[in-house]
Amino acid sequence: MAALNASGAQPCAFINARLVDPESGYDGVGALVVSKGVIADVIHRPSFDNLSDDLRVIDCNGAMLAPGLIDLRVKTGEPGAETKETLKSAARAAAAGGVTSIVVQPDTDPAVDDPSMVDFILRRARDIELVHVYPAGAATKDLGGERMAELGLMRDAGAVYFTDADRSIVNSKVLQRLLTYAKAFGVLISHRPADPWLSQGTVLTSSEFAGRMGLSGQPTIAERIMLERDLALVELTGGRLLVDQITCADALQSLARAKAKGLPVHASVSINHLCFNTLDIGDYRTFYKLNPPLRSEDDRQAVIEALASGLIDVVVSAHAPAPAEDKRLPFDEATPGAVGLETLLPALLGLYHDGRLPLVDLMRTVTLAPAKLLGLSAGRLTPGSPADLVLCDLGAPVVINADNLISKSKNSPFDGRRLQGQVLMTLVDGRIVHQIEP
Amino acid sequence: MTQTSTDLSLMQANMFAFPRRHFISAADLNRPQAEQLLNLADSFVGLSRQKNKKLDLLKGRTVMNLFFENSTRTQSSFELAGKRLGADVVNMSPRSSSMSKGETLIDTAMTLNAMQPDLLVIRHASSGAAALLAQKVGCSVVNAGDGQHEHPTQALLDALSIRRAFGQVEGLTVAICGDVAHSRVARSNVAMLQTLGARVRLVGPPTLMPSGVDRWGVELFHDMRQGIAGCDLVMMLRLQLERMNGAFVPSMREYFRFYGLDREKLAKAAPHVRVMHPGPMNRGVEIDSEVADDPKISLIQDQVEMGVAARMAVLASLAARLDND
Repeated sequence: MAALNASGAQPCAFINARLVDPESGYDGVGALVVSKGVIADVIHRPSFDNLSDDLRVIDCNGAMLAPGLIDLRVKTGEPGAETKETLKSAARAAAAGGVTSIVVQPDTDPAVDDPSMVDFILRRARDIELVHVYPAGAATKDLGGERMAELGLMRDAGAVYFTDADRSIVNSKVLQRLLTYAKAFGVLISHRPADPWLSQGTVLTSSEFAGRMGLSGQPTIAERIMLERDLALVELTGGRLLVDQITCADALQSLARAKAKGLPVHASVSINHLCFNTLDIGDYRTFYKLNPPLRSEDDRQAVIEALASGLIDVVVSAHAPAPAEDKRLPFDEATPGAVGLETLLPALLGLYHDGRLPLVDLMRTVTLAPAKLLGLSAGRLTPGSPADLVLCDLGAPVVINADNLISKSKNSPFDGRRLQGQVLMTLVDGRIVHQIEP
Repeated sequence: MTQTSTDLSLMQANMFAFPRRHFISAADLNRPQAEQLLNLADSFVGLSRQKNKKLDLLKGRTVMNLFFENSTRTQSSFELAGKRLGADVVNMSPRSSSMSKGETLIDTAMTLNAMQPDLLVIRHASSGAAALLAQKVGCSVVNAGDGQHEHPTQALLDALSIRRAFGQVEGLTVAICGDVAHSRVARSNVAMLQTLGARVRLVGPPTLMPSGVDRWGVELFHDMRQGIAGCDLVMMLRLQLERMNGAFVPSMREYFRFYGLDREKLAKAAPHVRVMHPGPMNRGVEIDSEVADDPKISLIQDQVEMGVAARMAVLASLAARLDND
């Protein structure tokens, strides 16, 4: 690790890169200098005319050089379930996946619902010194959905947004007050829209498939019903809302209406809902048991289109580690969730390779868009912004092997999949935190 | 009754190796395979009716019955089937409490697998449990009911009962009535009956129909009188009592009024109609005793008898495949 840190001290020049900068919209040949942890210079030519001798020169050979990914939704098991994933193993997985900032969810044990817990996460992250780790604070005490947590104190301690993670805040009064309060404090609330009654006890989306498999399904309107309520509360209060993982065409219509009205609403989608549909569950494969569950192919196509049109702002990995003992169970007993930090970028690039989104627009959803939501200066290739970078060979074929993942839990739905896009190097504040042997 | 020697030669003539290592779903069988299995089962019926009921087809084989859910009928049926074929049969009923102590289905199965059974019969409350087990053990797995998914040997014994009553399954119109949504019996029977060429109707309140049922290739009825009109067979399903207190239907008496099988509703069916029920019956809830106990129309006792023969056929055929491996 010391050697890696030392390399950060030395200024680097990346030449012959394919620069992708979501802020300027530039996607083309370029070169970039990193010095003192920030991006010092950017040009749109293959190389600089006169490179000074103290620069370490890295020839990118046409690989993509883009801002490091910012993942708004990562779960670890720390504190409380370190066998699943620690902050350190998650940070290493992130670095390997080209993710330079992660936002960890507050539904740990104990929950991150007061400033001392926020401080704990930040101190652990500082000790690990790999990628940026930002805590999301609980919106309500103990994630109970009843009493407001200390949003202001947690914000000052470093929490970047507030959420009850997988739990929906059922009590409308509570969410109304949260949004009102959050508006005054300028903080972002993230909420998972899922009607509790329609989704309770269900393990997948209702469909012909669910019926045949004898599994209890939830209709997609469970999402829409709760989302409609949330949007009405946003309209009432003016509080800023991030819709956590929108997954279906039904809900997208509601979102589109709200955005057309100019409401302060943003939405995320998980990489899993962009890549898989409910039929991937196949013969009760629990790695495809997710929360929210996988939807139909029509819904998958709708979320891809919504991402392309900009209706959906952000893509998240929804990294949710679950060890084998939580997954090797009958489908209705297995823990939902999938790890995703290491596969986020190559999986996402599938949409570029398939011609669904231009590269720069695709990269925006995991860089600039989340950076803007959190008010971070990362996520762009602008001189002066942090040198959080990913170097990725876009065309390189990779076969995902779950056993080789760095995450402590290996529950990857991409296991065995063939993807395109190999992360060659990841930099955080100019330090190389991941690099594969050439 | 027929002579033992004819039975034996018939059995040998009908013997065939099961097409797969496991029997998880009624859809695992195509039509010729299902017919072959039924022929084999048919040849076991006579055996069970004579004094000496034992064969040595499975001699030396171990059959393990692993029932995570209580079931008198299915478990004893499998036990008798195994014993009549000469196998050693072990019954395991892991208490739900030992599961809650942390031992998972897989752990239990791996433990039992280490004892080298040849055939593992499993019933579990979760859909997909049998398929999960089949991936992890070295022996053949027979699904004796997994959650709300499938109960393929029930479909086989039902088909056997129907074939013996009507001569063939093809061309019959069968109404499956009641709680289809939660019924593994219904799922397996729809698959098996369609494979064998029957026309299937599903009858029940919309709250007890599974999602996407309109794409199962069946006719759907919410009015029972219409649903069983002209049917050759009415197959009733058991309704769990806890589903009847306003959760899925308003009350027991309302359910019986609209979906309980009585003589008056049955009069709409074909004159030669026969009635089936996988048991155990809720008399006066889904079926009237008068109908259930009428030997002229009820096949319910036949179903129980055919259960042993059908399971003998499944075990013998899976073992024949093991012999070939």
